[in-house]
Amino acid sequence: MRLLAILAASLLACSVAAQDAKKEIQRYQQMIGEGSPVELFELEGEALWKKPQGPKQASLEKCDLGLGPGVLKGAYARLPRYFKDADQVMDLETRLVHCMQTVQGRSAEDALQRVFGNEDRPSELEYLSAYVAGQSRGVPMSPGTSQPKEKQALELGRMLFFHRAGPWDFSCASCHGEENKRIRMQDLPVLANPRDARPVVATWPAYRVSNSQFKTMQWRLNDCYRQMRMPEPIFASETTVALNLFLTATGKGEPYRGPGTKR
Amino acid sequence: MAAGPMKMRATLAGGHTDVRVLMTHPMETGQRKDADGKLVPLHFIQNLTVKVNGRTVIDGQISQAVSRNPVFSFRLRGGAKGDRIEVSWLDNQGETNKTETAVA
Repeated sequence: MRLLAILAASLLACSVAAQDAKKEIQRYQQMIGEGSPVELFELEGEALWKKPQGPKQASLEKCDLGLGPGVLKGAYARLPRYFKDADQVMDLETRLVHCMQTVQGRSAEDALQRVFGNEDRPSELEYLSAYVAGQSRGVPMSPGTSQPKEKQALELGRMLFFHRAGPWDFSCASCHGEENKRIRMQDLPVLANPRDARPVVATWPAYRVSNSQFKTMQWRLNDCYRQMRMPEPIFASETTVALNLFLTATGKGEPYRGPGTKR
Repeated sequence: MAAGPMKMRATLAGGHTDVRVLMTHPMETGQRKDADGKLVPLHFIQNLTVKVNGRTVIDGQISQAVSRNPVFSFRLRGGAKGDRIEVSWLDNQGETNKTETAVA
């Protein structure tokens, strides 16, 4: 009986400690969120959005992100979605690359030559993503899920999320499929569960304070595949857009409050 | 490269003014090596000056221990709506940048 009491007490202590750790992590996240350099990336992105580039010497201000040419307010919150002119489902980065080609007349090689930047030189797509996403603050996330190609992509994304492959036989769900798991100090959200997906889709793309870099959702997916030791997915491909749509659709309804600041 | 955008907010709160300023700067410590194994030269903001309506109120020195893209926030006693606040920095390589805003 006494042993049981000690056991119960120590179990209680453990759970109190876990809660304290969680609270401390939340406090830390709140601190890094205040005065985040994200705004600097938004400013650079705005300048790039308005800068004439490419053979046509055109700015991206005529780029149609789904709500009409040049309409930015709330456009990010409606992505990924089906675009009739390209006859495919596109996410933000995919659409930006499309606009660089159609509006600015740049080649695909040129638009895709440097999609991920580093701390010394962020990429054009990272700056642009920060600016465009920032124009949807407060707008509930509502990606396209009703058009036949959108439905197809959603199903493909769901399948990919649970598809185990690679040398470690991993799927996204291997890390993001169980409740109450953590890696170091990061909670591992169960991304097929709307409760966990909502805060995630509401805060990406995001600035990471640990390496001073702004990261896009395409990068997040690319890096997840690297961590799973899978072959590198193609940037803005059907599969990465499908996965992004699955995640965003799972977290739909959450007002966008990014670009976020991550550890 | 260093002189990227700055962003500042100055708001009146009771008897004081809250100022928060974000600045773009690599803040190199001089200890980091690049991909070729060469040391990245020391490059950091050395002097930070805050002026209110042209009068210097803070003339500070900071070190390379401050992070990349730093944020500074501080309180100024008093202040009134419309006061011009100017923040400027000078780094160890002679580069400089400044931004100005009115207290809201």
